[in-house]
Amino acid sequence: MATQDEIKFLSNPNIGKKQKKYCRFKKFGIRHIDYKDPDFLIQFINEQGKILPRRLTGNSLKYQKRVATAIKRARHLAILPYVSDLLK
Amino acid sequence: MKHFEVTFIVDPVLSGDEVKSTAQTYQEMLTKEGASIVHVDEMGLRQLAYPLNKRSTGVYYCIEFSAPTGALIGKVELAMKRDERIMRFLTIALDKFGVKYNDDKRNGKIGKKVRKEKPVAELSRPYSPKVAPIAQAIEAEIPEEILETPTKPVE
Repeated sequence: MATQDEIKFLSNPNIGKKQKKYCRFKKFGIRHIDYKDPDFLIQFINEQGKILPRRLTGNSLKYQKRVATAIKRARHLAILPYVSDLLK
Repeated sequence: MKHFEVTFIVDPVLSGDEVKSTAQTYQEMLTKEGASIVHVDEMGLRQLAYPLNKRSTGVYYCIEFSAPTGALIGKVELAMKRDERIMRFLTIALDKFGVKYNDDKRNGKIGKKVRKEKPVAELSRPYSPKVAPIAQAIEAEIPEEILETPTKPVE
Protein backbone atom coordinates (compact mmCIF):
# COMPACT_ATOMS: atom_id res chain seq x y z
CA MET A 1 0.00 0.00 0.00
CA ALA A 2 1.04 3.60 -0.55
CA THR A 3 2.85 5.25 2.34
CA GLN A 4 2.46 8.86 3.44
CA ASP A 5 5.40 10.03 1.28
CA GLU A 6 3.99 8.53 -1.89
CA ILE A 7 0.74 10.46 -1.71
CA LYS A 8 1.41 13.71 -3.50
CA PHE A 9 -1.96 14.60 -4.97
CA LEU A 10 -5.38 14.52 -3.46
CA SER A 11 -6.89 13.45 -6.77
CA ASN A 12 -5.46 11.89 -9.91
CA PRO A 13 -3.71 14.73 -11.79
CA ASN A 14 -4.48 13.08 -15.13
CA ILE A 15 -8.23 13.30 -14.64
CA GLY A 16 -8.74 16.66 -16.32
CA LYS A 17 -6.54 15.86 -19.30
CA LYS A 18 -8.35 14.84 -22.45
CA GLN A 19 -6.61 12.24 -24.56
CA LYS A 20 -7.07 12.94 -28.24
CA LYS A 21 -8.85 10.11 -30.04
CA TYR A 22 -7.41 8.86 -33.28
CA CYS A 23 -8.35 6.56 -36.12
CA ARG A 24 -6.30 3.42 -35.63
CA PHE A 25 -6.72 2.43 -39.27
CA LYS A 26 -5.20 5.68 -40.50
CA LYS A 27 -2.53 5.72 -37.83
CA PHE A 28 -1.28 2.17 -38.37
CA GLY A 29 -2.02 1.90 -42.07
CA ILE A 30 -4.62 -0.88 -41.92
CA ARG A 31 -6.26 -0.90 -45.32
CA HIS A 32 -8.37 -4.04 -45.22
CA ILE A 33 -10.72 -5.19 -42.48
CA ASP A 34 -11.26 -8.94 -42.40
CA TYR A 35 -14.82 -9.98 -41.63
CA LYS A 36 -13.63 -13.47 -40.66
CA ASP A 37 -11.64 -12.24 -37.66
CA PRO A 38 -14.01 -11.92 -34.69
CA ASP A 39 -11.22 -11.12 -32.22
CA PHE A 40 -10.45 -7.93 -34.08
CA LEU A 41 -14.04 -6.89 -34.74
CA ILE A 42 -15.05 -7.42 -31.11
CA GLN A 43 -13.23 -4.19 -30.31
CA PHE A 44 -15.89 -2.27 -32.21
CA ILE A 45 -19.01 -3.76 -30.66
CA ASN A 46 -20.44 -3.45 -27.19
CA GLU A 47 -21.55 -6.21 -24.84
CA GLN A 48 -24.89 -6.56 -26.56
CA GLY A 49 -23.28 -6.90 -29.98
CA LYS A 50 -24.15 -3.39 -31.12
CA ILE A 51 -21.72 -1.47 -33.29
CA LEU A 52 -20.00 1.26 -31.28
CA PRO A 53 -20.29 4.82 -32.62
CA ARG A 54 -17.42 6.80 -34.05
CA ARG A 55 -17.75 9.11 -31.08
CA LEU A 56 -16.38 6.29 -28.89
CA THR A 57 -14.01 4.42 -31.20
CA GLY A 58 -12.46 7.49 -32.83
CA ASN A 59 -12.54 5.91 -36.31
CA SER A 60 -12.60 8.10 -39.37
CA LEU A 61 -15.81 8.07 -41.38
CA LYS A 62 -14.27 5.99 -44.14
CA TYR A 63 -13.10 3.22 -41.83
CA GLN A 64 -16.13 3.34 -39.57
CA LYS A 65 -18.22 2.45 -42.63
CA ARG A 66 -15.89 -0.41 -43.46
CA VAL A 67 -15.90 -1.68 -39.89
CA ALA A 68 -19.70 -1.60 -39.93
CA THR A 69 -19.77 -3.56 -43.20
CA ALA A 70 -17.30 -6.12 -41.86
CA ILE A 71 -19.35 -6.60 -38.69
CA LYS A 72 -22.53 -7.03 -40.70
CA ARG A 73 -20.85 -9.62 -42.90
CA ALA A 74 -19.56 -11.45 -39.84
CA ARG A 75 -23.07 -11.47 -38.38
CA HIS A 76 -24.49 -12.99 -41.54
CA LEU A 77 -21.94 -15.81 -41.36
CA ALA A 78 -22.63 -16.44 -37.65
CA ILE A 79 -19.11 -15.35 -36.73
CA LEU A 80 -20.53 -12.56 -34.56
CA PRO A 81 -23.97 -12.59 -32.92
CA TYR A 82 -26.77 -10.23 -33.92
CA VAL A 83 -27.93 -9.96 -30.34
CA SER A 84 -26.12 -11.09 -27.27
CA ASP A 85 -25.64 -10.53 -23.59
CA LEU A 86 -22.32 -10.35 -21.77
CA LEU A 87 -20.33 -10.69 -24.97
CA LYS A 88 -17.18 -9.30 -23.43
CA MET B 1 -9.32 -9.95 -63.65
CA LYS B 2 -11.39 -9.36 -60.57
CA HIS B 3 -10.81 -11.07 -57.29
CA PHE B 4 -13.62 -12.59 -55.29
CA GLU B 5 -14.00 -14.53 -52.13
CA VAL B 6 -16.80 -16.91 -51.28
CA THR B 7 -17.23 -18.12 -47.70
CA PHE B 8 -19.74 -20.82 -46.89
CA ILE B 9 -20.77 -22.96 -43.94
CA VAL B 10 -21.26 -26.67 -44.53
CA ASP B 11 -23.60 -28.74 -42.39
CA PRO B 12 -21.50 -30.43 -39.66
CA VAL B 13 -23.82 -33.46 -39.52
CA LEU B 14 -22.29 -34.73 -42.79
CA SER B 15 -19.32 -37.06 -42.57
CA GLY B 16 -15.81 -35.70 -43.17
CA ASP B 17 -15.67 -37.01 -46.73
CA GLU B 18 -19.05 -35.54 -47.61
CA VAL B 19 -17.98 -32.14 -46.32
CA LYS B 20 -14.81 -32.28 -48.39
CA SER B 21 -16.67 -33.40 -51.49
CA THR B 22 -19.09 -30.50 -51.06
CA ALA B 23 -16.23 -28.03 -51.06
CA GLN B 24 -14.67 -29.88 -53.99
CA THR B 25 -17.92 -29.58 -55.96
CA TYR B 26 -17.85 -25.80 -55.75
CA GLN B 27 -14.17 -25.59 -56.59
CA GLU B 28 -14.84 -27.60 -59.72
CA MET B 29 -17.89 -25.52 -60.54
CA LEU B 30 -15.84 -22.32 -60.29
CA THR B 31 -13.06 -23.63 -62.51
CA LYS B 32 -15.64 -24.87 -65.01
CA GLU B 33 -17.15 -21.39 -65.19
CA GLY B 34 -13.78 -19.93 -66.09
CA ALA B 35 -12.47 -18.79 -62.71
CA SER B 36 -8.99 -19.58 -61.46
CA ILE B 37 -8.82 -20.55 -57.82
CA VAL B 38 -6.22 -18.64 -55.83
CA HIS B 39 -6.59 -20.35 -52.50
CA VAL B 40 -8.95 -22.59 -50.55
CA ASP B 41 -8.99 -21.91 -46.86
CA GLU B 42 -10.40 -24.67 -44.69
CA MET B 43 -11.33 -22.84 -41.55
CA GLY B 44 -12.66 -26.03 -40.02
CA LEU B 45 -15.38 -26.74 -37.50
CA ARG B 46 -16.36 -23.60 -35.64
CA GLN B 47 -18.88 -22.67 -33.02
CA LEU B 48 -21.66 -20.54 -34.50
CA ALA B 49 -22.56 -17.28 -32.80
CA TYR B 50 -26.24 -18.22 -33.05
CA PRO B 51 -28.00 -21.43 -34.15
CA LEU B 52 -28.48 -21.99 -37.88
CA ASN B 53 -30.91 -24.68 -39.01
CA LYS B 54 -30.90 -25.94 -35.40
CA ARG B 55 -27.14 -26.57 -35.56
CA SER B 56 -24.71 -24.94 -33.16
CA THR B 57 -21.53 -25.65 -35.15
CA GLY B 58 -20.54 -25.43 -38.78
CA VAL B 59 -17.65 -26.24 -41.10
CA TYR B 60 -16.32 -23.05 -42.65
CA TYR B 61 -14.72 -22.87 -46.07
CA CYS B 62 -13.35 -19.83 -47.83
CA ILE B 63 -12.47 -19.95 -51.53
CA GLU B 64 -10.58 -17.04 -53.06
CA PHE B 65 -10.74 -16.90 -56.83
CA SER B 66 -10.22 -14.55 -59.72
CA ALA B 67 -12.49 -14.28 -62.71
CA PRO B 68 -12.71 -11.97 -65.74
CA THR B 69 -16.26 -10.93 -64.83
CA GLY B 70 -18.65 -11.43 -61.96
CA ALA B 71 -21.19 -13.19 -64.18
CA LEU B 72 -20.47 -16.65 -62.75
CA ILE B 73 -21.31 -15.63 -59.19
CA GLY B 74 -25.04 -15.72 -59.82
CA LYS B 75 -24.87 -19.32 -61.01
CA VAL B 76 -22.71 -20.46 -58.11
CA GLU B 77 -24.86 -18.68 -55.55
CA LEU B 78 -28.01 -20.21 -57.01
CA ALA B 79 -26.45 -23.65 -56.74
CA MET B 80 -25.49 -22.95 -53.14
CA LYS B 81 -28.96 -21.74 -52.31
CA ARG B 82 -30.45 -24.96 -53.64
CA ASP B 83 -27.87 -27.10 -51.87
CA GLU B 84 -29.13 -28.41 -48.55
CA ARG B 85 -25.64 -29.20 -47.33
CA ILE B 86 -24.74 -25.49 -47.26
CA MET B 87 -26.18 -23.50 -44.39
CA ARG B 88 -24.90 -19.99 -45.27
CA PHE B 89 -22.75 -18.39 -47.91
CA LEU B 90 -21.35 -14.96 -48.70
CA THR B 91 -19.56 -13.79 -51.81
CA ILE B 92 -17.61 -10.55 -51.78
CA ALA B 93 -15.42 -8.73 -54.28
CA LEU B 94 -11.91 -8.06 -53.02
CA ASP B 95 -10.10 -4.82 -53.70
CA LYS B 96 -6.33 -4.70 -54.04
CA PHE B 97 -5.88 -4.32 -50.29
CA GLY B 98 -8.04 -7.36 -49.68
CA VAL B 99 -5.95 -9.39 -52.11
CA LYS B 100 -2.78 -8.23 -50.40
CA TYR B 101 -4.21 -8.99 -46.98
CA ASN B 102 -5.09 -12.56 -47.98
CA ASP B 103 -1.66 -12.99 -49.54
CA ASP B 104 0.06 -11.79 -46.38
CA LYS B 105 -2.13 -14.03 -44.27
CA ARG B 106 -1.16 -17.06 -46.31
CA ASN B 107 2.52 -16.22 -45.95
CA GLY B 108 2.14 -16.03 -42.21
CA LYS B 109 2.56 -12.28 -41.94
CA ILE B 110 -0.90 -11.97 -40.43
CA GLY B 111 -2.23 -14.54 -38.05
CA LYS B 112 -3.77 -15.18 -34.70
CA LYS B 113 -1.06 -17.48 -33.41
CA VAL B 114 1.90 -15.39 -34.52
CA ARG B 115 0.45 -12.11 -33.18
CA LYS B 116 3.03 -10.24 -35.21
CA GLU B 117 0.37 -8.93 -37.55
CA LYS B 118 1.06 -5.28 -38.15
CA PRO B 119 -2.38 -4.01 -37.15
CA VAL B 120 -2.79 -6.20 -34.08
CA ALA B 121 0.75 -5.76 -32.80
CA GLU B 122 0.59 -2.00 -33.04
CA LEU B 123 -2.88 -1.84 -31.65
CA SER B 124 -1.86 -3.64 -28.50
CA ARG B 125 1.01 -1.24 -27.94
CA PRO B 126 -0.94 1.74 -26.58
CA TYR B 127 -2.76 -0.48 -24.10
CA SER B 128 0.03 -2.76 -22.92
CA PRO B 129 2.02 -0.24 -20.83
CA LYS B 130 -1.10 0.65 -18.90
CA VAL B 131 -2.11 -2.94 -18.30
CA ALA B 132 1.26 -4.27 -17.22
CA PRO B 133 1.86 -2.07 -14.14
CA ILE B 134 -1.70 -2.64 -12.90
CA ALA B 135 -1.32 -6.39 -13.25
CA GLN B 136 1.96 -6.27 -11.34
CA ALA B 137 0.47 -4.09 -8.66
CA ILE B 138 -2.42 -6.50 -8.20
CA GLU B 139 -0.06 -9.44 -7.96
CA ALA B 140 2.03 -7.60 -5.42
CA GLU B 141 -0.97 -6.64 -3.32
CA ILE B 142 -2.65 -10.00 -3.12
CA PRO B 143 -0.03 -11.83 -1.03
CA GLU B 144 -0.01 -9.03 1.55
CA GLU B 145 -3.74 -9.22 2.01
CA ILE B 146 -3.69 -12.97 2.27
CA LEU B 147 -0.97 -12.74 4.89
CA GLU B 148 -2.80 -10.04 6.83
CA THR B 149 -6.21 -11.64 7.00
CA PRO B 150 -5.38 -14.78 9.01
CA THR B 151 -3.47 -12.76 11.62
CA LYS B 152 -6.43 -10.54 12.48
CA PRO B 153 -8.66 -13.17 14.12
CA VAL B 154 -5.67 -14.39 16.12
CA GLU B 155 -5.11 -10.95 17.59
